[in-house]
Amino acid sequence: MTTTKYKSVYTPVFTDGSEYHIPTLKLLKQDGSLYKGGKAPDIDKDKALRIYRAMVTTRILDERMLGAQRQGRLSFYMQCTGEEASVIGSAAALDDADMIMAQYREQGALAYRGFTIDEFMNQLFGNEKDYGKGRQMPVHYGSSKLNYMTISSPLATQIPQATGYAYGQKMAGDGHCTIVYFGEGAASEGDFHAGLNMAAVHRVPAIFFCRNNGYAISTPANEQFAADGIAPRGFGYKMDTIRVDGNDILAVYQATEAARKLAVEENRPVLVEAMTYRLAAHSSSDDPSGYRSKDEEAVWREKDPILRMQNWLTKKKWWSESEEKELQERMRREVLETMKRAQKLPPPPLETLVTDVYDEVPPLLNAQFEKLKAHIRKYPDEYPKSAAHVQGGA
Amino acid sequence: MAKMNMLQAINDALDLAMAANEKVMCFGEDVGVFGGVFRATSNLQQKYGKDRCFNTPLVEQGIIGFANGLAAQGSFPVAEIQFADYIFPAFDQIVNESAKFRYRSGNLFNVGNMTIRTPYGGGIAGGLYHSQSPEAYFAHTPGLKVVVPRNPHQAKGLLLASINDPNPTLFFEPKRLYRASVGEVPEGEYQLPLGEAEVLKEGTDVTVLGWGAQMEVIDKAVEMAEKEGFSCEVIDLRTILPWDVETVAESVLKTGRLVITHEAPLTGGFAGEIAATIQERCFLYLESPIARVTGMDTPFPLVLEKEHFPNHLKVYEAIRESVEF
Repeated sequence: MTTTKYKSVYTPVFTDGSEYHIPTLKLLKQDGSLYKGGKAPDIDKDKALRIYRAMVTTRILDERMLGAQRQGRLSFYMQCTGEEASVIGSAAALDDADMIMAQYREQGALAYRGFTIDEFMNQLFGNEKDYGKGRQMPVHYGSSKLNYMTISSPLATQIPQATGYAYGQKMAGDGHCTIVYFGEGAASEGDFHAGLNMAAVHRVPAIFFCRNNGYAISTPANEQFAADGIAPRGFGYKMDTIRVDGNDILAVYQATEAARKLAVEENRPVLVEAMTYRLAAHSSSDDPSGYRSKDEEAVWREKDPILRMQNWLTKKKWWSESEEKELQERMRREVLETMKRAQKLPPPPLETLVTDVYDEVPPLLNAQFEKLKAHIRKYPDEYPKSAAHVQGGA
Repeated sequence: MAKMNMLQAINDALDLAMAANEKVMCFGEDVGVFGGVFRATSNLQQKYGKDRCFNTPLVEQGIIGFANGLAAQGSFPVAEIQFADYIFPAFDQIVNESAKFRYRSGNLFNVGNMTIRTPYGGGIAGGLYHSQSPEAYFAHTPGLKVVVPRNPHQAKGLLLASINDPNPTLFFEPKRLYRASVGEVPEGEYQLPLGEAEVLKEGTDVTVLGWGAQMEVIDKAVEMAEKEGFSCEVIDLRTILPWDVETVAESVLKTGRLVITHEAPLTGGFAGEIAATIQERCFLYLESPIARVTGMDTPFPLVLEKEHFPNHLKVYEAIRESVEF
């Protein structure tokens, strides 16, 4: 049964939704001044600087680690570059106890929550201190204490999971919500539809945050969908939907803050589409020169979200050139020093190969593990990462 | 003890689980006020409310994605997939997500609280898409538990164990037996162990192994074989993953012969996995080749269902050939 009131017509009338124009929320101009009619969200100096430091940290981490990948120190890397305002602005508008389910390019949210450079590095190098025990490729971070769900490579699987997670939060009545990030490419997956439709039907406190960064690896958005972006899909689910300038930290913050209010106070899920641009390659294995022009990139470089926020902070006299210099130098040093430290730590112990498949290692797997250990003992030189763990055993 | 059919036993298990733990939630297509197309969730919405027993939109990948998230949050989702034939849209969520949640996070997060219930198997004139037995697809995925009960008593105890087990569990319900199988079921909560096969009858000539609805087929076949003087040891595997190698190997070391039967097609079926492991463990003790009595390598047929089906006659013939090899 539906409550929609149908109007009848007596000749065929088609509609493709073109009569709707979804506006884009913008507050901050590139020079750091506000658009006329725009009002900055209520962010105090401490919070503003927390956001800004997370943005700069993310940018520096990304630059350095891509460099490390190019030097062969790291197998793989993915940058958040250009999307820092989308990711950090939205995370900053939440309560730190809200759950974050990210796609893989949202390390900025984790930096904002307080993930340390050591914690980043331990995952990137898959050393013995990596929470993920060296099992996943670089950038698949997770932190239970920071409420950041471990990244999974398959795209969009996190979207219906966020709906379920948020349903649990609603049932628990703890006043928390879940934000789930995904790209405009991932939104083509069936899981997007499944997750959003179920969220609207079951009224869960979830924020579906689309980073429309223009590209899914090499495929441009106009080859991903015929419609005007992702936002119009929200109508189909009867979901509160908003489009925002993703390079505008204040607009992203304001939109997400309002979305959170709807989600938590009224159990109304929200779709946010942040219009941004992936300034870097998809990953260290990608080369954008094969599918887009330098000119196009230059246009977006002019809209750099970090510079835009810096200009705002400077105008408010919350930030100075000397503080900028100090932060840049300190972060570069910390990243470099931490990288050296993390790289030297040993790999996770051999047993982590078989633990956590189940809560306990089943007998058949244990037998396979014993066989492996015997094999490594026979060829210790071939298995330098684990030979030390099996010496002297029976 | 009360006499119940398998649906009543499953409903009783869900009822007890929901009464014992307010974080247990049952959902799926038509699961709410209607109680599911087979009525396994009858009266649960009326008893526990719409928040804890509810209909979902018709989207299997969404149902399981939702269940994954809900389990990660700390709730105990019991998701129903209306027919096992329709579980494949959720394959990614089960195989790439449920099964790997704990491992990939280094045990920071897990979805061990989740249970997926789904009716499987043929014999109800269901044709291609209401008859399949897809257990082998999931048995190939470390991180999952796969459980199949044979009767009402087992269904209740194994389902309660599945709901409480700290690993994501697929619970395949033999729908042919939903109403056909009636038996004594203890009142109140009890759990039967996962990962343990059960020797139902001891014998000396041949071990006959199956699970779920095939146990009824095995019973008939063994009755025929025993009349011919063949002493059969009957084992219900109960848990397909991780499976109980020891109980099966111990039996085959004694009998020297093994007949395995399942409804799913031969090639890539779980009987092949069992046969490979058992010949490795029992090579010098085997008196005859390990036999597999299974569905044929075709989609599940309709009119010729009986011909396709690994029935008691085919199992009996395999027992006889194995002993007389």
